[in-house]
Amino acid sequence: MKTSTLVIRTPEGIVFSQILAGPVVRFLAWFIDHLFIVVLLMVFGAVMALLGIFGAGGFAVAFAIIGWFVVGVGYGIFFEWHWRGQTIGKKLFRLRVVDVEGMRLQFNQIVVRNLLRFVDELPLFYFVGGVACWLSPKCQRLGDLAANTVVVRNPQVLEPDLDQILAGKFNSLRQFPHLVARLRQNSSPAEAGIALQTLLRRDEFDPVARVELFGDLATHFRAKVEFPPEATDGVADEQYLRNVVDILYRTNGTERP
Amino acid sequence: MLNHLETEPNAQMTLQQLQLFHQLYERTAAGLAKITTFSSEPETRRYLENLISRAYGEIHETRDRQTKFHPIEWVFQTLPRTFRRHIGAFYLSVAITIAGCLFGGGAIALDPDSKPVLMPFPNLLEDPQKRVEEEEHSSTDQLQGMKSTFAADLMTHNIKVSIFTLALGMSWGFGTIIMLFYNGVILGAVAVDYIRAGETKFLLGWLMPHGVIEIPSILIAGQAGLMLAMAMIGRGSRLSMRARLRAISPDVTTLIFGVAMFLVWAGFIESFLSQYHEPVIPYEVKIAFGSVELILLTAFLSMSGREKSKGVRAGDNQTVRVENPQSKVAAVQTTDGTPGAHSTEL
Repeated sequence: MKTSTLVIRTPEGIVFSQILAGPVVRFLAWFIDHLFIVVLLMVFGAVMALLGIFGAGGFAVAFAIIGWFVVGVGYGIFFEWHWRGQTIGKKLFRLRVVDVEGMRLQFNQIVVRNLLRFVDELPLFYFVGGVACWLSPKCQRLGDLAANTVVVRNPQVLEPDLDQILAGKFNSLRQFPHLVARLRQNSSPAEAGIALQTLLRRDEFDPVARVELFGDLATHFRAKVEFPPEATDGVADEQYLRNVVDILYRTNGTERP
Repeated sequence: MLNHLETEPNAQMTLQQLQLFHQLYERTAAGLAKITTFSSEPETRRYLENLISRAYGEIHETRDRQTKFHPIEWVFQTLPRTFRRHIGAFYLSVAITIAGCLFGGGAIALDPDSKPVLMPFPNLLEDPQKRVEEEEHSSTDQLQGMKSTFAADLMTHNIKVSIFTLALGMSWGFGTIIMLFYNGVILGAVAVDYIRAGETKFLLGWLMPHGVIEIPSILIAGQAGLMLAMAMIGRGSRLSMRARLRAISPDVTTLIFGVAMFLVWAGFIESFLSQYHEPVIPYEVKIAFGSVELILLTAFLSMSGREKSKGVRAGDNQTVRVENPQSKVAAVQTTDGTPGAHSTEL
């Protein structure tokens, strides 16, 4: 079955997931790498041409032929080994080659996946690799299948500035710890994320749409746990949502977990 | 610690660092387990997941820890042992090439006009007798000032062909078999063409100095390709395809680097020796040189890296299976191979 994430369960029972990179973003990363290889070969060719002027013509051409071959084949191997699964193109697109079982990436895996490019790039522009990637459940080209590797995407994780939206406000809901615990239990991470994003992007909304959105979300969270009237009376929908986010994202009233 | 491990591929931790690393891993894992049971900050969860995913491989890796590369040990022990460990695939590679040779040779013997179809290379289409006459009466060195360029060309071309032969193993072996068979066809056709023209001595003097290294190299590349194919097919194995491919991956790497090493040597010899014929170099000298190379290569691949005292023939494909019931990981270790080279999850 095709999946967009690589899910690994550790012997400790912990489950973690990584986002698999699709064929398009991988092709773009390869394109950047290819450009870099071309530039590298041009510089190398210029140096060899300079050597040729100084009377080492035969050797210069021989070195150029070997150098082009080594750079072409060894570029991926060198960078993926020294940068733990990343090349320049992969770094730019935040991609990384990892072992399919989450283990350490070994040198032989890097060699095998890079040598099998010879087949993956057939007949042109990685057609075989692209088709294999598209058909494979884990988006693996033939080289990845042989080497037991996958390419994952590590999007940059930005920590939200909660103090900016929650600081200095009295949270009337916290007076009822058992209901607070129930709210945490009943809310999914996705719901919490939506509530937080709504507050963070508050000023981007049209005023009428904003009031409606806060109203809908407040109603949604009110339905999950019913707090006593003394905690909710006179609290606007927006403030109610702030109180909910405060509860979901902070284990106590003052500090973040 | 993770950053250090990631920026330094050969980094090794002390016992104290390992203990601290393990403790931090367990604390992070516990934190992640706790945080996933209730709604919480997704960024924190992602951050902890990121830490766990990076540390997981360091903690749970059961394969051999990669140590510093020792070239002498690799050449004289790892490479020949790896070759012998998969000798069956090599024999198969030889058989396919011989079948190609028989086909190519037979085709030329029965129908000499098929030469342009079997060998679509201009330099091979010439009449052998005419070529020998031209080579032996040539007063100029045709490779003057170009020998190093020619050698580089040969090396890179042959290594590319070898890598391609290996990589085509992923087509369940069909591509590798076609490559080996076609190489055999050309070899057989050229050999029969020259033998029929009465130029056997020239043929041996021309091909042997470099061919005795180059041809086995392509056969070894074919061996590696067939190993990939066998791992994909998995006949008679209860392991998953992933486990089978994981098990042969180090050996495939070793063989292809060995092939590259041999082909560098063959490229030099072909450029600096093979292209010179009588009266510059007597054919007997070239044939003797090729024969010595062949004996040395055979001795190297069949005897180098043998363990004498164990009472077990090196190259035998005997296995010792050590099972760890807790981790459900079996270490399959060949008696003459690199220890712990194959660790596969059952």
